[in-house]
Amino acid sequence: MAKAAKASGKGRGRKAAISEFSAEQELKALHDMLLIRRFEEKAGQMYGMGHIGGFCHLYIGQEAVASGVFMARAPEDDIITSYRCHAHALLAGADPKAVMAELTGRAGGVSKGKGGSMHMFHAPGRFWGGHGIVGAQVPLGTGLALAAQYRGEKRVALAFFGEGAANQGQVYESFNMAALWKLPVVYIIENNQYAMGTSVARSAAKAEELYNRGLAFGIPGEQVDGMDVRAVHAATARALKHARAGKGPYVLEMQTYRYRGHSMSDPAKYRTREEVQKMRQEHDPIEQVKARLLQSGAATEDSLKEIDQQVRAIVAEAAEFAVADAEPDAAEVWTDVYAAREA
Amino acid sequence: MASTILMPALSPTMEKGTLAKWLVKEGDAVSAGDVIAEIETDKATVELETDEEGVVVKLLVGDGAADIPINTPIAIVAEEGEEVDAEALAAKAVTAVPAAAAETADDAPAAAPAPEVAAPVVMPEAEYGDGGPDPARNLSITPPPEGDPVLPDGTEYVEQSVREALRDAMAEEMRRDETVFLMGEEVAEYQGAYKVSQGLLEEFGSKRVIDTPITEHGFAGMGIGAAFAGLKPIVEFMTFNFAMQAMDQVINSAAKQRYMSGGAVSAPIVFRGPNGAAARVAGQHSQDYAAWYAHIPGVKVVMPYTAADAKGLLKAAIRDPDPVIFLENEILYGHSFPVPQVDDWVLPIGRARLARAGEDVTIVSFGIGMTYALKAAEMLAEEGISAEVIDLRTLRPMDIPAVIESVKKTNRLVTVEEGWPVCSIGSEIARQVMQEAFDWLDAPVMTIAGRDVVMPYAANLEKLALPTAEEVAAAAKQALYR
Repeated sequence: MAKAAKASGKGRGRKAAISEFSAEQELKALHDMLLIRRFEEKAGQMYGMGHIGGFCHLYIGQEAVASGVFMARAPEDDIITSYRCHAHALLAGADPKAVMAELTGRAGGVSKGKGGSMHMFHAPGRFWGGHGIVGAQVPLGTGLALAAQYRGEKRVALAFFGEGAANQGQVYESFNMAALWKLPVVYIIENNQYAMGTSVARSAAKAEELYNRGLAFGIPGEQVDGMDVRAVHAATARALKHARAGKGPYVLEMQTYRYRGHSMSDPAKYRTREEVQKMRQEHDPIEQVKARLLQSGAATEDSLKEIDQQVRAIVAEAAEFAVADAEPDAAEVWTDVYAAREA
Repeated sequence: MASTILMPALSPTMEKGTLAKWLVKEGDAVSAGDVIAEIETDKATVELETDEEGVVVKLLVGDGAADIPINTPIAIVAEEGEEVDAEALAAKAVTAVPAAAAETADDAPAAAPAPEVAAPVVMPEAEYGDGGPDPARNLSITPPPEGDPVLPDGTEYVEQSVREALRDAMAEEMRRDETVFLMGEEVAEYQGAYKVSQGLLEEFGSKRVIDTPITEHGFAGMGIGAAFAGLKPIVEFMTFNFAMQAMDQVINSAAKQRYMSGGAVSAPIVFRGPNGAAARVAGQHSQDYAAWYAHIPGVKVVMPYTAADAKGLLKAAIRDPDPVIFLENEILYGHSFPVPQVDDWVLPIGRARLARAGEDVTIVSFGIGMTYALKAAEMLAEEGISAEVIDLRTLRPMDIPAVIESVKKTNRLVTVEEGWPVCSIGSEIARQVMQEAFDWLDAPVMTIAGRDVVMPYAANLEKLALPTAEEVAAAAKQALYR
């Protein structure tokens, strides 16, 4: 396996030189990450106010992962993820109003209020959900890649899953077939260190090397600083190039961190406040971009504030809509179980 | 010491075979492990090795001899120079066949039924809605208003096995639609574990007929993902027993997808393969999943009996915009039925078929359960009782209007299935008929099902665990208070 080991993360990822972003890219990344953060903060507030029910898994802290990946993907590339899916829906182009209205269970939600927090979709942006069973999206994403290969299209499927899902058997069933058939799929492990309350060290053998989980199948992997949007972008670009060239799957382990609990009902007593504060102060993905923009002179405190205000306005409008919008019509309980019959 | 070589059983469901070709001739010396003949079973051509050392004294059947029951003497091998009375040996071998085995073979449901008359029995007119949800009855889907296509006068019928009919259905749909493909274990190069996909690899190539590793959870999910992206996968489970490994994907990712995305994303996919008891394969390979899947909103569930229905309904399943669970049966694969020779034989999912018209009692079944139902109807006829037999064909949506229409005539109902009795298809039919047609019933609905036990291996116990035609006939008489 010397070849595969060589192709794996050794000497890559965090240690690799960071490719610089242009000012335009930095601003795009800042906007995307801020939108996610402000959106999720608002979702958290609205949950507290009782506007959102059930499970609600926030993406705060992990913004650089989805943002960097979406900046690197071609618009036709397929995206699929777990239940922590608000960010992916927003980046795929879903209207923030519709995403928030889905959270509040309203008719104008992306899934007409029938899916909720865990089941966001945006087919026009080739975002296929939003799946609630840990790991199930991995074979689904591999199937999206099978469809691309079947049709001879150049699209690549990007399947996100957490480090907790990385222990599911179906992930390795997928790795096997993807490698066997050289399917154009990039597996993105969002390693936020905690599978609900269980740290990666307590749940994964070789926890420090999840990027090598595809090695037995000859799938190259990289460990990536998932708090640095530039590193995420560069690694994703490399993985996409590999997959698009017909060389088969690729694994990216994004080292990231969620500031909030697993879901809104999680008191997060399995880690210290200091640990969370340290990540926020030293590695926050948004603060990193802001600092670089200020340092390079591409932005000023005022212009950053303006971006923040723009984003806050989008989120405020979304929240307003999500509360004001009507609940789904009662008849909707019976629709969409099956395709509507052709008249 | 001379010994007799018998026609071997080469699969759990094999009862007869064809001696395709001898690879030795009389007078040839053979030793253990030599291939002496090619035998065609219901599934494959298998090489027959001998365990004997010696000389082939006599070949008792010729090349191409068909329908040779298992345990029939086919050759005699003796030691070099040994005097042999071939006829006496062969006769002795026949009487040595254990009586129990012979009896099992005779009574097993596999005993090929007489081909049914080609002319379809016309279904009595029941009242149907628009095929959509029926909130008043708490049903998310109901039988469609359209019945079977009306065949032109003089339509020809050809005898075809269920296996061939299924293969033809897939081939026709794959020719018609480039996005249809087949994936599963052994579907391509092996030609199908039960030979259902025979010839498809040759015609459609490895891009569209895909051999998967043994990884049900994985490939079921992949099929669903491909369906999200607009392909029309047919996923074959070698048997539905193995689909329990994939149950999460089938239910959580396929069945629920359309609803939880508010109609934005759906999975038009067919999951098919043999379901239920085969023969002597014990607890983990014999389960009937009809009731399990019929429970799930978001899937359609088809379980055909005849070859014509298998073909017409599989074609419909492949075209369906929703996930379809298509439950076949290993024993029925080899059964032949008349199949109409029309260009595009597509049947409506959700409509029952009247298999036999009658007046006194209604027997409802589906899939292999129909073998018991039809045999029971014959037995009842001999006693002057006229049984109407309805083949549901589809279990979700279920054609309860057809059942009720029949009950209005007979006022008595018996359901038949091989699956377990608790929360069964029969239970569901009884519930709906009780709620919808209580006043038309003159006796409690009788539900005949497999025993509430794990499928045993021993031949006698297995027989005891499955329903019988006698039991069905007795239930019908009980409903008639006779």
